[in-house]
Amino acid sequence: MPERIVVPFGPQHPVLPEPIHVDLVLEDEKVVEAIPSIGYIHRGLEQLVQKREYTEYVYVAERICGICSFMHALCYSQGVEQIMGIEVPDRAKYLRTIWSECSRLHSHLLWLGLFADGMGFENLFMRSWQLRESVLDVLEDTTGGRVIQGTCKVGGVRRDIGQEKLDEMHHTLDPFEQQCRDLGDVFLNDETVKYRLQGLGVIGKDEAYALGAVGPTARGSGVPVDIRETGYAAYGDLGFKPVVETAGDCYARCAVRVKEVYASIDLIRRAIDGMPEGPLDVKVKGTPDGEYFSRVEQPRGEVIHYLRGDGTKHLARARIRTPTLANIPMLVKMLPGAQLADVPVVVLSIDPCISCTER
Amino acid sequence: MSTMAFLKRSPWILHYDASSCNGCDIEVLACLTPLYDVERFGIINTGNPKHADILLITGGINELNKAVVRNLYEQMPEPKVVVAIGACAATGGIFRECYNITGGVDKVIPVDVYVPGCAARPEQIIDGVVTALGILEEKRMKMSGAAQTKEETRHAVGEST
Repeated sequence: MPERIVVPFGPQHPVLPEPIHVDLVLEDEKVVEAIPSIGYIHRGLEQLVQKREYTEYVYVAERICGICSFMHALCYSQGVEQIMGIEVPDRAKYLRTIWSECSRLHSHLLWLGLFADGMGFENLFMRSWQLRESVLDVLEDTTGGRVIQGTCKVGGVRRDIGQEKLDEMHHTLDPFEQQCRDLGDVFLNDETVKYRLQGLGVIGKDEAYALGAVGPTARGSGVPVDIRETGYAAYGDLGFKPVVETAGDCYARCAVRVKEVYASIDLIRRAIDGMPEGPLDVKVKGTPDGEYFSRVEQPRGEVIHYLRGDGTKHLARARIRTPTLANIPMLVKMLPGAQLADVPVVVLSIDPCISCTER
Repeated sequence: MSTMAFLKRSPWILHYDASSCNGCDIEVLACLTPLYDVERFGIINTGNPKHADILLITGGINELNKAVVRNLYEQMPEPKVVVAIGACAATGGIFRECYNITGGVDKVIPVDVYVPGCAARPEQIIDGVVTALGILEEKRMKMSGAAQTKEETRHAVGEST
């Protein structure tokens, strides 16, 4: 029997932009066990909810994660709105949807780039990030921030997108979609990419369901869960079908994200077409009293904000369950059997967002 | 003349995320990609602290990360420059009241350049690195000056080298 050795992976590692530590137990080049340990980004910001007013905490919620920042703000705001019984105007809902989908686009393009970098395809990394910059330009034009937007607030949104800008966005979507399809074509059909990804880190449908996987990681294994189907914001009006793949390997998870890029572009187009007129926000009066589980589909999966107010201007408790935390059990099951050289690709295939996970 | 002179204008960078929200980190990565493309200036992002000249740190550093940051800093060869990126790295930023946040990179290791912003923009980060280059050069001059003085003193007292 070959000798077992333990290789520490992280917290500081060239393929990881964020620190996570995994102890890999190896037999020769083969991983037999992976023991993750987290805590390098734990800040303790759930407790901040008791120090900031409930309307101000939106900005803290945005900074749970710099990639899905808008979605965290949206999830928190929706939670407070539900507790307080606030009905958000339609135009605000549509604007929220557009910014959510822009965030998803930039997050998926970012991930595709990092994934390409992880498998050693530098050119594809650069191309993905180049396309991502055009999404960031739209976000910057419409909100003022590249990665932290600050436009979502309790009771609506802070900024409008003028008709002129909406038309311009609509015009640029077609060439942008073509560029994304050219990029996606490489991820989906390139022989070397397929050879590197297919059959790697396979998890079946039942196992993925039992492990509680969420988001593209679950959908890559054939579990059709997508919180957007519950119809929050404007998703109920726009009509939406989740993207599902069945193979359960790294290639399937990559394919889900590539196809979600196309789906997001389509959603933005339909949201611009259906954009209603009206006010952007409603006045928020009173203080939250009650509790609510708010759920939003992030680029990485389902995020849950549990919020409890006790009638004061500070919430009593916030609990945030982020998608990466739900997907780490999947990762622990995927790694055994992989070669050491494949570990970065497998780790990246769940799209780990550590700063979300540890809050 | 320092033997590292050939690195004068091509600094290698080590980036570490010390408890930030990710916003600044993806902007650091964005500097490497086609729109900003710092590699054309010879700036390369390395994963190895032993090859790095400039340490870019984001975030307010939590208790667990203190040892990691100190370790990375100590592994880097002299001369080295530390650039703290974003409001959190400067003061703890929006997280300064969190129980697990030390509150700024300068609480753990010495910092030479502060880049403001939440999240810091790629242009600002590049500007910070360019400022760091000047400081790196100063430190190098000082080091080689000190080495020369030492050598001359040894010659003066007649010691062989």
